[in-house]
Amino acid sequence: MTTTAPSSPTVPQRVRDLVARVTGDEKHDPSAHSTLDVVWTLYDQVLRVDPARPDDPDRDRFLLSKGHGPASTYAVLAAKGFFPADWLDDVASFDSPLGHHPDRTLVPGVEIGSGSLGHGLPLAVGLALGLRDRSPARVVVLVGDAELDEGSNAEAIQVAGRFGLGNLTCVVVDNHSDNLGWPGGIAPRFALEGWAAAEVRTHDQPRLTAALRRTEPDRPTVVVVDTTGHLTSEEAA
Amino acid sequence: MTGLATAPALDLRTRFYEELDPLLDAHPDVDVVLAVIGSGYLSRAIARHPGRVIDVGIREQALIGVAGGLALAGRRPIVHTFASFLVERPYEQVKLDLGHQDVGAVLVSAGASYDVSAGGRTHQAPADVALISALPGWTVHVPGHADEVAEILHREAAGTGRVYVRLSGQRNARPGPVDGRMHLVRDVAAGPDGTLAPLVLAVGPMLDTVLEATADLPVRVAWTATPHPLDADGLRALLPAGLGIAPSLAVVEPYLEGTSAAAVAAALADRPSRVLHVGVPGEAELRRYGTPRDHAAAHGLDAAGVRRRVTTLLG
Repeated sequence: MTTTAPSSPTVPQRVRDLVARVTGDEKHDPSAHSTLDVVWTLYDQVLRVDPARPDDPDRDRFLLSKGHGPASTYAVLAAKGFFPADWLDDVASFDSPLGHHPDRTLVPGVEIGSGSLGHGLPLAVGLALGLRDRSPARVVVLVGDAELDEGSNAEAIQVAGRFGLGNLTCVVVDNHSDNLGWPGGIAPRFALEGWAAAEVRTHDQPRLTAALRRTEPDRPTVVVVDTTGHLTSEEAA
Repeated sequence: MTGLATAPALDLRTRFYEELDPLLDAHPDVDVVLAVIGSGYLSRAIARHPGRVIDVGIREQALIGVAGGLALAGRRPIVHTFASFLVERPYEQVKLDLGHQDVGAVLVSAGASYDVSAGGRTHQAPADVALISALPGWTVHVPGHADEVAEILHREAAGTGRVYVRLSGQRNARPGPVDGRMHLVRDVAAGPDGTLAPLVLAVGPMLDTVLEATADLPVRVAWTATPHPLDADGLRALLPAGLGIAPSLAVVEPYLEGTSAAAVAAALADRPSRVLHVGVPGEAELRRYGTPRDHAAAHGLDAAGVRRRVTTLLG
């Protein structure tokens, strides 16, 4: 059973209000809210992005691979000034640039169109390869624990590890929604492929921020963010 | 260039590999993305262009996904493997990681419909052009000569669009103009009442087979290396309306029969037309091995088979 704790107080109330404008009620939409702490922390503390220059070739890239939960990303982009907040009031209407799955060609600040699971991480690997040694930009891609079922992620994890992509970070938002589970945990699967892995709880703000800021020169980093209070793989071992 | 005395390869796939090293020199934003296939032929390009020939291993979803990411970073990816693993296996990646992201790439396939005749169905992709053509914004080149491959590659490497280049073992003796247009290769005089002779449109490497098949038949022969988007204006000019009985048309393609049917029908929608489509039949698998020549004969795509089909348009 998926249980998602309320967003931490570190996300300002005005941003949470923007999320509510997207979801249309005060209830918690798990797929949106499980990502809110991460997305806010990234845009508020980690990524070098400028809403006045969304096409800056040296901007950091955030790729929402788990495109079925875009509310928190839309809210954070609006809060940071990438587009007007009133766009949030009619999401998925015929005239709205914001849909239930985001389209990069319609929304300033959205780096990929997503929705079909398992496409963000391979795209992020290609982006990181294309930017490596040419730009200081980082590439940060957010996936869900159930999304990792898609075999395309396994291919991308292996390729990123073999190529030592130090400008790539994968954030796995783990709300334990995967039907068949990940025996032994998610982080060790990345670590085996040469990634630098960290496990944090979503509300441990200092550790979350530090983990998202961390890069290694010779290898990609993965941050597995538990949103449910389960034991980490280290604690369980 | 290398300055070697050896002549450029006539085999289309070999020529593609030969062209990549000078191509990487000429186009600093090009990267080559492979899934093992081809890397063994590219040691010189790999050595001379560190990091620009990217082999992701036998991972075809990553092959296209990585290409999409490279394009998002402003690179111009040239992506290569067998058609079955370039188009069919990662079809959703082609649709989303390139098309939906609105980025470009040059996909270059080998194997065609039955080059790997001895390998069986797993390595044959007669539906590749139909599949690519079903997605928005693609250009499909089906060259019939190695020189055409080189010209197409250098031009498209400098572009930004989504391009599919289908290489085959079958080829023509001479290169043709690869300008996206339809070209009349053989004309015959109109009848005494002004009626134009039937037209046979050969696509890419089918030209020499069509010329042999129709050598003594009263038909005109046209050719294009770019079946998608089809040169509709060129086709309409060759099949003009208002000359009495409309001339009939045979389209001879080296892949799934009828692949160009919708485009041909759209081009001729304002005039009466009789059109025969000749290609690889789609109704059943040919569960036989043998040579590509065996498969061409079995599919009716050798000169004798094409002649049989075209003859039905006469009289």
